[in-house]
Amino acid sequence: MTINVAMTVNGKAVSGKVEARTLLVQFLREHLGMTGTHVGCDTSQCGACVVHVDGKSIKSCTLLAVQAEGTKVLTIEGVAESAEKLHPMQEAFRENHALQCGFCTPGMVMSAIDMVKRHNYQLDETTVRRELEGNLCRCTGYHNIVKAILAAAPAMKSAGV
Amino acid sequence: MTSETGIGARVKRKEDQRFLTGTGRYVDDLPLARATYAYFLRSPHAHARIKSIDVSAAKASPGVVEIFTGKDVADAKVGGLICGWVVKDKHGQPHKSPPHPVMAVDTVRYVGDSVAMIIANSYDEAKDAAEAIKIDYEVLPANVDLAKALAAGAPQIHAEAPGNLIYDWELGVKADVDAAFAKAAHVTKLDLVNNRLIPNAMEPRAAAAEYDKGTGQYTLWSTSQNPHVLRLILSAFVLGIPEHKLRVVAPDVGGGFGSKIFCYADETMVCWAASRVGRPIKWTAERSESFQTDCHGRDHVTHAELALDKDGKFLALRVETIANMGAYLSTFSTAVPTYLYATLLAGQYTTPLIYANVKAALTNTAPVDAYRGAGRPEATFVIESIVSKAAMEMKIDPAELRRKNFIPSTAFPYQTPVALQYDSGNYPPIIDEAIKIADYKGFEGRRAEAKSRGKLRGIGFSSYIEACGLGPSQVIGQLGGGVGQWESAQIKFNPTGNVQVLTGSHSHGQGHETTFAQLVSDRLGVPIDQIEVVHGDTATTPFGMGTYGSRSLAVGGSAIMKAADKVIAKGKRIAAHLMEASVADVVFEGGTFKVAGTDKAVPLGAAVFAAYVPHNYPLAELEPGMDENAFYDPSNFVYPAGTQICEVEVDPDTGEVEIVSFTAVDDFGNIINPMIVEGQVHGGIVQGVGQALMENAVYDEATGQLVSGSYMDYTMPRADDVPSFKVGYKVTPCPHNPLGVKGCGEAGAIAAPAAVMNAVHDALAPVGVGHVPMPATPLNVWQAIHGAAK
Repeated sequence: MTINVAMTVNGKAVSGKVEARTLLVQFLREHLGMTGTHVGCDTSQCGACVVHVDGKSIKSCTLLAVQAEGTKVLTIEGVAESAEKLHPMQEAFRENHALQCGFCTPGMVMSAIDMVKRHNYQLDETTVRRELEGNLCRCTGYHNIVKAILAAAPAMKSAGV
Repeated sequence: MTSETGIGARVKRKEDQRFLTGTGRYVDDLPLARATYAYFLRSPHAHARIKSIDVSAAKASPGVVEIFTGKDVADAKVGGLICGWVVKDKHGQPHKSPPHPVMAVDTVRYVGDSVAMIIANSYDEAKDAAEAIKIDYEVLPANVDLAKALAAGAPQIHAEAPGNLIYDWELGVKADVDAAFAKAAHVTKLDLVNNRLIPNAMEPRAAAAEYDKGTGQYTLWSTSQNPHVLRLILSAFVLGIPEHKLRVVAPDVGGGFGSKIFCYADETMVCWAASRVGRPIKWTAERSESFQTDCHGRDHVTHAELALDKDGKFLALRVETIANMGAYLSTFSTAVPTYLYATLLAGQYTTPLIYANVKAALTNTAPVDAYRGAGRPEATFVIESIVSKAAMEMKIDPAELRRKNFIPSTAFPYQTPVALQYDSGNYPPIIDEAIKIADYKGFEGRRAEAKSRGKLRGIGFSSYIEACGLGPSQVIGQLGGGVGQWESAQIKFNPTGNVQVLTGSHSHGQGHETTFAQLVSDRLGVPIDQIEVVHGDTATTPFGMGTYGSRSLAVGGSAIMKAADKVIAKGKRIAAHLMEASVADVVFEGGTFKVAGTDKAVPLGAAVFAAYVPHNYPLAELEPGMDENAFYDPSNFVYPAGTQICEVEVDPDTGEVEIVSFTAVDDFGNIINPMIVEGQVHGGIVQGVGQALMENAVYDEATGQLVSGSYMDYTMPRADDVPSFKVGYKVTPCPHNPLGVKGCGEAGAIAAPAAVMNAVHDALAPVGVGHVPMPATPLNVWQAIHGAAK
């Protein structure tokens, strides 16, 4: 049995036929071909699949596609203003070498943007480390990810994003 | 010239744009038209005989395209997976070599061994169909406890390896070592378990394959660290597809840490089945499959003894180790606890006599092979644990005891008693710098302050050495290695002056696209944005050995430098012709050929253009084009070394260990991109800290089930488990490669476990704790404290 779903992804109206069990991440990757959002585990532990749904960061492997019906979804592909102008968080990740293999990066960036906003652009190292509890990285040892998020917070504030 | 992008500059990575915008392309991201999806049904038992398999109901399940079992694969005469390194035991006999079928035929030997491959129109349909496969197993007793694996009466895993023994190997002269122990003023003894780890690259292993009926060409996309080696193994040993009819592509790969070096059953099956199904096949491991079937790491049980004279000079070291191989021998498994472990047991010290005995054992667990550091972390853990224990027993400062025994800087090249000849090094300034950064002098004050808060504070040292960038090939061959250890490079100019650098190395996070471009930019004066580094595709890159063992820059980078020198040599001859000068008078500076003492100059780009449009060109003596190949075979290993200092606070009430400070000072020789090198150090340290405090692969002794089989059970280090790190460098250039570089990828993981555990032991010594098993989880620490209190 298939079900019709419709939502807005990165500002564009999209729709498709899915099975009831189809996860949001499967809808994004397999139906829409948006492979920037990754799957790194099967227990909602790694955070590689984090996207924003109606402005809140969620693990897209934990939500059925049908549950996202009518929502506004933002994925890593929709974060930058343009190819030339990255979001301040993406820029901070690059500046601070906060990524190596790149696999956890989309989820990290999505979690980090939400984190900065929830803390009203005011963060310290301890808070950032605690807030990253839902995102695993095996390459960087987190040192530079923490540095990047701390650098991005004021940059996001002054950019008004 | 290009100081902002050349050697030594913190150049921002070229690869980041795609990774940051979700446009990287990993194996699972590939759009393949008409693709089918594979699911592997795996053994739920650690050891069992397969009495029967019935796939008939599953074949009728919706969407199923094909199902293969071990019998189908055996009937098709698919070869088994190979172990590529022959280790000879202490009697000169090659190691036992039990077969490793790509799919179990009549016996399963670990939880995760695959028994059927289901191919369907969707992954969910394949998985649904797997539930309809009926298998009648006769469960056999399992052997998962390494310490008992070689004991009489332990369940036998392969008839070809009686007593579960793969080899009993030794290095050094036991009688000489025993004689030195007899004369020692002090002997320190230590029993250690080097806990078993699961690599956990964030991208699960994946494979996709398609077969072109018209040309007979297979293409296999795989999460591989070494696509050429994978192709060679599949062609020559396993599938028999001629090498020129098999293209292996390793696109963006999300971390490897060794676990993606090896040739696995799953990718083999995907490739093999592609021609039988006639449609592309995709397979991506679920995380639980990664836990069960990625090759695991470490897993040693060791007894070590260190003999010292009355002043603390090391006289001899004696080490007995049992190393776990798992249920089958993986690609390089046999070399890890021998040539990559025992040969490192001299560490940074002048210990004149060393004897090591290593027994490799089979168990009903996932295969064990190289994982970040591979053998060298195990050696460092033995040496640095026993040195710190000796210091404590003899009441000598641990830094002082190390300094007293360091190989002096004047002694290089230094021949160790365990085969290796260290090429260069200068250890005392490293530990001095680490002590300064870590404020070792102020430690006792901090310990007292912590005590006032009810916390036990400790400090631990770890002075490691690593032998990496393996080579020369001839020596590797003498030691039983089945492959060469050179690397390839090709520098291909386009007529418009931009450059493609093709390398046999593979980047899965290391940033080669940037570092290698820096080398070429620096040497040839080409702007870095005009340089593209190409890797990971056997159809486009020259045959190469891939990336593992911290070899890419030392070996692959050296090959690039050799190719760059060939470009310059050819360019000189073109420029000499254009300037009507003698080749001997032409110099190359900042990207331009010049005749010394004149104003004649030809930019490299002009020479390249002339090579492609040879209207005014010495065609009689020089071929057109600018496309230079090089192969570099190293004359020795490289020997990075360093000291880490870890400071911890233990809560005696909960057993919780907090790392409050962590310092690493390394000598990696010359550094091309300090930003990337620091990233490698940070990541390595956290893998080492993970091993020391959290990570542990546990199999249930009774059932052989992998108990730590998910992120709910296997504790991965998270951001709030670790601090920020203090790193420093000392530079002793490698004397035998053109860049003067040493490897940096594994250092952090090699040194950190001993640094952390020594700190834990230092913290707990005042409450009478002698030993805490690794990982020092709150439970293990609490039990050690309360056991000691009894």
